Amino acid sequence: MEKDIVNIGKSVVIKGELNGSEDLTIEGHVEGTIQLRDHVLTIGPNGRIKAQVFAKSVIVLGEVTGNVTASDKVDIRDNGSVDGDIIAPRVAIAEGAHFRGSVDMQRKGGAPQGAKPGPQAASQSQQQQSANAPQRVGA
Amino acid sequence: MGLLDRLAPRKTEPDARPQGAASDSADDPVFATKALRKFLSCLTSHESPVLLDLGPVVGSNVSFFGEQLGCKIFVEDIFADIDRHVRDNKLEDLPAFLKRRLTISDGSVDGILCWDVIDYLDRAAAQELAAQLTRVLRPDGALLGFFGTAAPRETRYTKFIIVDEVNLKYRPYAALRGRQAILLNRDIIRLFPGLRVSDSFLLQNNLREILFRKPA
Repeated sequence: MEKDIVNIGKSVVIKGELNGSEDLTIEGHVEGTIQLRDHVLTIGPNGRIKAQVFAKSVIVLGEVTGNVTASDKVDIRDNGSVDGDIIAPRVAIAEGAHFRGSVDMQRKGGAPQGAKPGPQAASQSQQQQSANAPQRVGA
Repeated sequence: MGLLDRLAPRKTEPDARPQGAASDSADDPVFATKALRKFLSCLTSHESPVLLDLGPVVGSNVSFFGEQLGCKIFVEDIFADIDRHVRDNKLEDLPAFLKRRLTISDGSVDGILCWDVIDYLDRAAAQELAAQLTRVLRPDGALLGFFGTAAPRETRYTKFIIVDEVNLKYRPYAALRGRQAILLNRDIIRLFPGLRVSDSFLLQNNLREILFRKPA
């Protein structure tokens, strides 16, 4: 069965809070907060994000300014750019990617190597992130 | 001299690659490292350690440390700062810049990957950076530094890519400034008066690896 993937096109600008319960690809501009707690967020090559991001997995081919929290993985691909702090148990950064910030792969509660954190761990991580997050932009 | 040193190739390959050329990881020469394993063993005693990496971000290194240590890594590319100061013709401002460069709080970092950045700084800038690294390092923390022992020939930086605990790939890339000086052991030790040398290795590729510890 094919998975539904929603696209936000190049000409779309969103300011505020973006919540979803399906995978999302952003090619436009988003400022604010993006929450796809159990789904994959893809920032396309044309995507420009100034936001705090929370998702299960985040794939970056465009530009992200802001902190990124994923319960599974953050993947910055070639020519992708992240200016901000990353919290995720797994992080991949391609050779041609730009990254400036910190990467937090700390195993909360001493989980075994390579183990995916459960919902509680992800929630803790996100709560911690929210507490540290700067004020929402343009909401 | 250890067996791995004997097996390690000499550092001749990087010179053949043109500046700024796209690199293929398969072409990168691999060299033995003796200090990395000891650096890691210093950190495994800490739960969820915090690392500071002074080089350009290398995705595989981030993954390596994440898997090995489950750590938090701050990536602060000092080489990019050097290049920016060269480009802006403001090298005289570099020591003052480095003094305020690291906003990390005192004694909050368990391990520092200094790589060979000190070689690319003049004395004043090196002293400021060394003082800041000593400041942010936690008591009992470790600092891994590489220092050249042969005359500088080319204007290149090097990405050190971790293959495993005992091997590094050296990937040269374009730089706007070359190595400034060959530091003697005593010069290096004087740069870090708040740290003690835990281990020092002179490799066949003319690189000296030094592991510093901050007294507890």
